[in-house]
Amino acid sequence: MKERNYIKLEFPGKSSNEAFARAAAAAFAAQLDPTMEELGDIKTAVSEAVTNAIVHAYPNEIGKVSMRLRILEEDMLEVSVKDWGCGIESVEQAMKPLYTTGGEERSGMGFTIMGSFMDTLRVRSRPGKGTTVVMRRRIWRRKGTQ
Amino acid sequence: MNISTAYAAGRLTIFLSGELDQHEAQQTSAFISELLEEYMPRDCVLDLSGLAFMDSSGIAVIVRASRQMKLVGGRLWVENPGKQVLRVIDASGLDRLVPVESGRVGGLA
Repeated sequence: MKERNYIKLEFPGKSSNEAFARAAAAAFAAQLDPTMEELGDIKTAVSEAVTNAIVHAYPNEIGKVSMRLRILEEDMLEVSVKDWGCGIESVEQAMKPLYTTGGEERSGMGFTIMGSFMDTLRVRSRPGKGTTVVMRRRIWRRKGTQ
Repeated sequence: MNISTAYAAGRLTIFLSGELDQHEAQQTSAFISELLEEYMPRDCVLDLSGLAFMDSSGIAVIVRASRQMKLVGGRLWVENPGKQVLRVIDASGLDRLVPVESGRVGGLA
């Protein structure tokens, strides 16, 4: 799919950057004129992906997190969140609802929410190398807008 | 994240406002836990009408508070979640563990 616009952000995996990351994603997505509900879904999915990178990829250090947003043809928004942390042994297991390595502070619902709020979700991970989450959501044009 | 409370006749209502994500979750959870120990309520209501955003970190906060209430034989439920918060609650299946009352004031009888 052809790229119409993009942004790339890089930040240290500090939890105080979670709110910034989802606000930045919402500000970029705004050019597609999404509904409040679509915007809420995008912010939530971004928050889950970025939180995973901050909490799970770097359990004992503050590592680098990169977020790229692209607008593709047919008003498709793509969000990629990449880390260079510990990676996931079994992506299949990690994506199961309620699975978590984070103890009782985590609900284990992050991937479930990403999957249900976005149209597509792909996770690539190599233990010891890092993880990339790529999500897409088509923003439907509303009646009366160009 | 702002937390305020109201207490009457064994019922503690905890009002959460702001954005509840992983950054805020740990402190929020600890604060709710302290409130439950201090008031020892029979019923606890988490009023989410002031929450502008919540992700799955908030689900863990609610589940933890609910467990704490169950341990002492009390009840906890959630009231007035906004649209975004309700979508996260629905997607996570939280309403199978904790009652969720939306769109009306007063809560469970």
